[in-house]
Formats: sequence, structure tokens, C-alpha cells
Amino acid sequence: MFSYCSDPTTLSTFSWFSCYLTTGVHLSFYISFVKVLLLLAVTAPVALSFGFLGAMSARSRILPLSWVGKTYIALVRGIPDIAFFLFFVIALDQAFEWIRHKIKCPDWDQPIRQGADFIVCPEAKLPLGSSAQWIHESYGFALAVITFAIVFGAFAANVLFGAMRAVPRAQIETAEAYGMTHTQAFWRVLVPQMWVYALPGLSNLWMVLIKATPLLFLLGIEDIVYWARELGGTKTPKFTAYPHGDWRMWYFIALLVFYLTFTRFSEVILERLMQRLTHGQATSGGEAQRKETA
Amino acid sequence: MSCLQTIQDYGLRSIGIGERLLPKDSFTLCEQFTLIGSGLIWNIYFGVLALATGFFFATALGVAKGSANAWVRKPAEWFIFLFRGSPLFIQFFFAYFLFLNLKGVYPFFNAFTSAWLGALIVLFLNTAAYTGEIFYGALRSIPKGDTEAADAYGMSGWPRFRRIIWPTMLRLAWPAYTNEAIFLFHATTLVYFSSFPTWRQKGDALYYANYFADKTFNPFIPYPILAMYFIMLTLVIVGLFGAINKHLNRHLPVERRVKMRFRMNIMR
Repeated sequence: MFSYCSDPTTLSTFSWFSCYLTTGVHLSFYISFVKVLLLLAVTAPVALSFGFLGAMSARSRILPLSWVGKTYIALVRGIPDIAFFLFFVIALDQAFEWIRHKIKCPDWDQPIRQGADFIVCPEAKLPLGSSAQWIHESYGFALAVITFAIVFGAFAANVLFGAMRAVPRAQIETAEAYGMTHTQAFWRVLVPQMWVYALPGLSNLWMVLIKATPLLFLLGIEDIVYWARELGGTKTPKFTAYPHGDWRMWYFIALLVFYLTFTRFSEVILERLMQRLTHGQATSGGEAQRKETA
Repeated sequence: MSCLQTIQDYGLRSIGIGERLLPKDSFTLCEQFTLIGSGLIWNIYFGVLALATGFFFATALGVAKGSANAWVRKPAEWFIFLFRGSPLFIQFFFAYFLFLNLKGVYPFFNAFTSAWLGALIVLFLNTAAYTGEIFYGALRSIPKGDTEAADAYGMSGWPRFRRIIWPTMLRLAWPAYTNEAIFLFHATTLVYFSSFPTWRQKGDALYYANYFADKTFNPFIPYPILAMYFIMLTLVIVGLFGAINKHLNRHLPVERRVKMRFRMNIMR
């Protein structure tokens, strides 16, 4: 990075670190932080919409549909989330390849599962064997996003389902008394009012989502955990200009600090948002605010 | 090979009793059920011990966080923030590498780098922090009348805590604590995926499920088996904690009892 970095063995401690921390691999490490933020930015809205669909189907009047929604919510409650992560990454991949296989190679006669192998025709492979490295990486990332969205969608569905039930029944009755249809009452009365009840649960979920991001490592993404392990491991002078001992502990301290600041920061922001949302609401929080100012 | 034989060979495989080699190919359903079930021993070991030890530390933390003395309150606040604000996965990694470094200096730390002790300590501290926060919340919502009644009876200090505050705190905190217990058991599956080595392939339930999924490239059998075991485990916890909840609320008229509500507001 800097001009004086050409011979690191002669440098003083400070300049040694300034060179060490700006090597190419370290830049990849910093980029992986962006990956985590990107995952959060993409997953949060997708999971929220999954959750909305789940909650809507759980309170549906069509019985089978409501069973689907309720099962979706209940399953994720009873099973460790990490099992879902490990499951969906393979299962989704195989499901996509199987669908493509059915469409692209209708006259393939061999079975797809041969013992311990999963064999589809070469045109159905995802991504295609000939595609570039970045396509492989983005495909892996996309699978991770879908997996996260499915798991956290179920959590969000649970929160939103509870929030929809928390809206006072009288509100819906009033809407119906005005002659609104069921759908109109849902969209015009229930949905706008449910957010204040949902926010504590959703902000909790956001924290949980932040704390679940290191699980990307298990999905085979080169994320911050991967790089921290790589970079922290003992380096000998033979292979690098910056030899050092086992520094993984220090790298993980850095990750801990990153997560602590991130969660703390989110906590403060969400607290402000809650203050604003409760303003003027007919809840105990809103009442407390009113008394404070009065 | 009959299924009974398989159970004899692999039923206690995760703690090193029975057949040494894991099955290599043509896995039967029976083998998958037995090995994953055998791995569950570790999940129960970590969960039960961490809960049992963490409970006492959590009580201390909850009381300390509610203390008026800043010298007591601040450390408890920081401890809880540290463990609740960061991912358990990273905590495991960090603790493992910390113990590894310490081991290089003091041989005393040899055992700490293996999962049975090292991971247990992390889980203990982690659950203590989460539970401490729950207990702190419960302490703050103890009805004023209860403590006033204690004062009226001339109780103070330890008897007041032991006979009035602590039982009420437990009663109020119990539904949330049940949730914490469920998610602690779920969190135990992270242990063998976070650097803690599996010695001679003695792992937990998820370790074996992952082993089968890797070998057969078919996730649709081992993970549902694992899911079934965990749902059963969750039901057992709910039943057990529900019975304790009933016991804690036995003196109250039915409509004033604390209801068990299951929410997922505490996950790591």
C-alpha cells in the first residue's frame, strides 16, 4: 500500500502494522464486512415480506392455508436454526437443479440419485460448470440470502401474527360497521396499526439477524469468520513478508468489537424509532409519554 | 445387521462406547436414527449443565444489575451487554483461541481446549447473561405490595430476599426463562461447528446429521431426523418447565397466575 512497505523486516512497529493491515488479503477481509452488511440489507426486507405472507396465511379463513402458515411458524420454533441453514443450502441447490433438469433434459433416462451421488444433466447444473468465478460466488451468496429469508421469515411471521392479533378488536368492528369488506378492513385499519405492536418484536429480530450473520461461514461463504481464521493463523517467513504467531484470538476480538458496536448502535436507533412511533398511540407507552410532557 | 445390533454398536458412540468406526456407506435409516440420537447426549449434557450452573450466576447478575451501588451494577451491566450483544458463534471461536493461547503458557488449560469443558464454560457465561437480564426484568416488576408486606413483617436482608423477592422473581421470570432454556438447547448445536475439535468423531446430534448429509449428499433424511429429536426435546423442556411453573404459581387464584407464553425473543 505505502511506498515504504517494500521491505517489512526493517520497519518499526507502527509502520509495520500500517503495512500489514493494508495488504491485499486484508482488503479482502474488509470487503467481507461489506458482504455482511449487504446480506443484512438484502435479507431484512425479504424476510419481512416472507413473514408478512406467513402471518397472512396463518390468520387466513381458508383452513389448509392457515395450517401451512402455522406449521411454517411452529417448525422454526422447535428446531435449531443452524440445522435449517445446513439443510436449506443443500436442499435448495438440489431443488433448483432438479427443476432445471426436468425442464432442460426431458429425455434423460438415468435416475438422479445414484447411491451417494446427485446427478443431473450438464445443462441443468447450477451454476454452469463453465461460468466465471464471480457467478459461483454470487450463486452461493444468493442461496444464503434465501436460506436466511426463510428462517427469519418464520420468526417475522410469528411477530406479525401476534401484532395483528394485538390490534384492538373494536378497531376492526368499527371498520366493518362503516361497511368495509374484510380485505379493506385488513389493509386500511389493521396493517397501519399493527406496526407499533410489532416493533419491539421486529427490533429484537433485527438484533437476532445481526447476530446470526457469522453463520454465513457455515454456508461456505468467505465471510468475516473465514478471513479472521485465515489471516490470524500462524504465518512463517517462508510464505509471507509479514510473519507472525497465532493471532486468531486478536482477530476474533476485533469481530466481537464489531458486533458489539453494531448491536449497540442499532439498539439506540431502534429506541428512538420506538419513541417516535408510540407518540400519541393509545398504548401504555404512549400514555407514559403524554404524562411526562403534561 | 439387525437394528438392535446397530443400537448396541452405535447407541453410545458419541461418548466413545461401542463400535470405533462410523458406518462408511449404504447407510440404513436405523444407523442414522441411532447415531443422531446418540449425538443428542452431548446436546443434553451441554444444555443441562449450562442451565443448572448458569441459573445461580444469573440470579447474582440480576440482583447486581438492579443494585443501587455503581461498583456492583456496572460490571453486571457490562457482562450482560458483552454476552448478549455479540454472537455466540464468535464467542465460541474467541474462547477456543484464547484457551489455545493460554494452554501454550500454562499447561493447566489443557482441558479447556476440548469441547466438554471449554464450550461448556462459554455456554454457562452466555446463558447466565441472557437469564440475568430476564431476572433483572422480573425483579423490577415485583409488585410493590409484596415487598411492603415483607417490610411490615419486619423482614430484611437475606430472609426478605430468600422468602419474598426470590420466589416472586422466579415466578414472574419463568415463562421467559423457559424460552431461554429451549434456545440454549438449540444453541448447543453450534459447539462442534466453531473450532472446538471433535475427537475421534465423538460429536453432537448436528455433527452426525451433517456427517450423513455430507456422505450421502441427501439432506432430506438426516436433518428431518434431527428435527424430530429436537422437537421431542423441546416438548420435554416445555412439559418440565410447565410443571415447575404450575408449582411456582400454586398459591395464586387461577386468573392471576403467570401464563406460559412462548415467544422467540431470546435467541443468540
